[in-house]
Order: sequence, then structure tokens, then C-alpha cells
Amino acid sequence: MRRHHDMGGLVADPVVPSEHDYAPWEKRIDAIMRLTTGDGELFAIDELRRAIEEIGPGAYDEMSYYERWITAMTNLLLEKRVVSVDELGRKMAEIEARWKAEAAQ
Amino acid sequence: MSDHPQPHPFQPDIEDSPFTRYQVMAESVIELLTEKGVFSADDMRRTLERIDAITPAQGSRAVARAWVDEAFRARLLDNVNAATAELGIDAGPIPIRAVENTADVHNVIVCTLCSCYPRMLLGLPPDWYKSRAYRSSVVREPRAVLEAFGTHIPDGVEVRVHDSTAELRYMVIPMRPAGTTDLDEAGLAELVSRDAMIGTAVI
Repeated sequence: MRRHHDMGGLVADPVVPSEHDYAPWEKRIDAIMRLTTGDGELFAIDELRRAIEEIGPGAYDEMSYYERWITAMTNLLLEKRVVSVDELGRKMAEIEARWKAEAAQ
Repeated sequence: MSDHPQPHPFQPDIEDSPFTRYQVMAESVIELLTEKGVFSADDMRRTLERIDAITPAQGSRAVARAWVDEAFRARLLDNVNAATAELGIDAGPIPIRAVENTADVHNVIVCTLCSCYPRMLLGLPPDWYKSRAYRSSVVREPRAVLEAFGTHIPDGVEVRVHDSTAELRYMVIPMRPAGTTDLDEAGLAELVSRDAMIGTAVI
């Protein structure tokens, strides 16, 4: 069965040769990948690919490219128990509160 | 229990904020992994600097050398990672294969499954390379896709599409344009665009 990411040969909209500069948050996600993925690292490249491919079709299409990456890497960190759900939830609340306070200044 | 229970405050809408949930997630992962000693803040800073430092100019240098040095061209076709190391370029651990354009064959690269790309030679891939449209179509109707880039490949020229994987990436060695015999290697390198090394442009 064809899985959602396997889109070679499908009929698609015309290609638009669009360019954009990478946003700082996108580069930071790229950097996380480089620091965690590879031989002897937290994840093998195939594990990351599998985690991206496991994002369901609806979410896959709604997320942008680096949103898929951070979702996949976070899922792997939870799956491998490097990070717990509780830890992640608390850290996200902390950072969100910090950034909101900074934005309000 | 209060006689008049206070309503819970609403969950703040992250949609109203200047950042997204995914950005918060990314920063949380960075902080947690730093706290756990997986990498340091310094590792993160150096990695970000490296991301900015890798541009298509690395690939262009290798192509220009191949144009002027037949023995290097053979080594590049044999093993991109080893040949580029001769130029002081770190092409990374994942094998890259060079595919050469000729008068009879035009090559173009894609990653239909995701976004595999010779990023150690060319930097981060352009948006369109990762798009559903490019990934789906270039293996189906490559000539039409190339036309969207303003690239016309004559009917007599075979178009070969190379689908990259996590284990093997490709780069295209474009044909050296006519009328460039006066140019030195550095001048030639300036002609070699990123898209020429993807195969969506000819020089």
C-alpha cells in the first residue's frame, strides 16, 4: 500500500519555483537534527524518516516542512524516553510564558 | 468548595501569539537536550554557523575543477565525497553520486519520499525541491517540470531523473558552456548555479 509521503508519480499542481530564506526557528530545528541524528547519535537517520512518515496524512499536509521535523524528533524523544511527556509539557509552558512576557514588554 | 465557583481562565490561544506551537516545541527540545547534556549551547551555536556557511559555492568549485581537470572529473564521478575532500570540502558521511550531463543526456535530481539533497555541498534545499508538486511531478513529466523553470530540453536529449534516498544523494555535473575557454577555474565556478547542479537549469 502506498503511504502518504510516497508521492512520486502522483498528479499534482504545477511546480512553482518558489524560494524563501530560512527563518531562524527553521535553522534551529535543522541544527537539532544535525546534533541528534546519525551514527552514534540519539537517532539513526532512518528512525527520523520513519517518524516523519508516521505523521498522519491530514497532519502531514497541514504542517510545514520543519514543523514535520520537530514533530517527528519530539515523538522520537518521547518514544525513546529521553524526554518524558510531563517534562516536555512543563518546558513548553515555561517557554510559552517567557516568550509571551517578552512580547508584552 | 466555593458557593460561587470561579470559571477557569481560558486557555490562551497560541494562534494569537507571535510564535507557533512548533517554535515553542523546538525551543523546548533544545533546552531539554542541553540540560541533559546531549549537546551544549556552544554546539548549537557552531552548528548554526555551519548551516549558514555551506552554500552552493562548494558544489560549484567541484564542478569547475572537473571541467578543467580530466583526472579530477574521473575521481568525482567515481566518489564525490573523496574527490571533494581534495578541495577541502567536507561532503559528509552520506555517499553522493555525481551524474554528468552530456550532449545526449540531461540529469535532474529529486527526493520523492522527502527531501534528501546533497546539503553538505549545496546548502539547504530550496522550497520547491521539498514541495509536493515537484516531488510528485518530476518523475512523471520531467520535461514539463523543467519548462516551469524556463529550461527546455530538446526532444533528442534523454532526460534521466534520479530519486535520492537517505543513503544515497546525487548532484548533477552540468555541461561546460561553449565560449568559456578564456575563463579560469574561479571564473567557471561562478557560472555553476545551484539549479544547474540540481538539473532544473542548464548553463
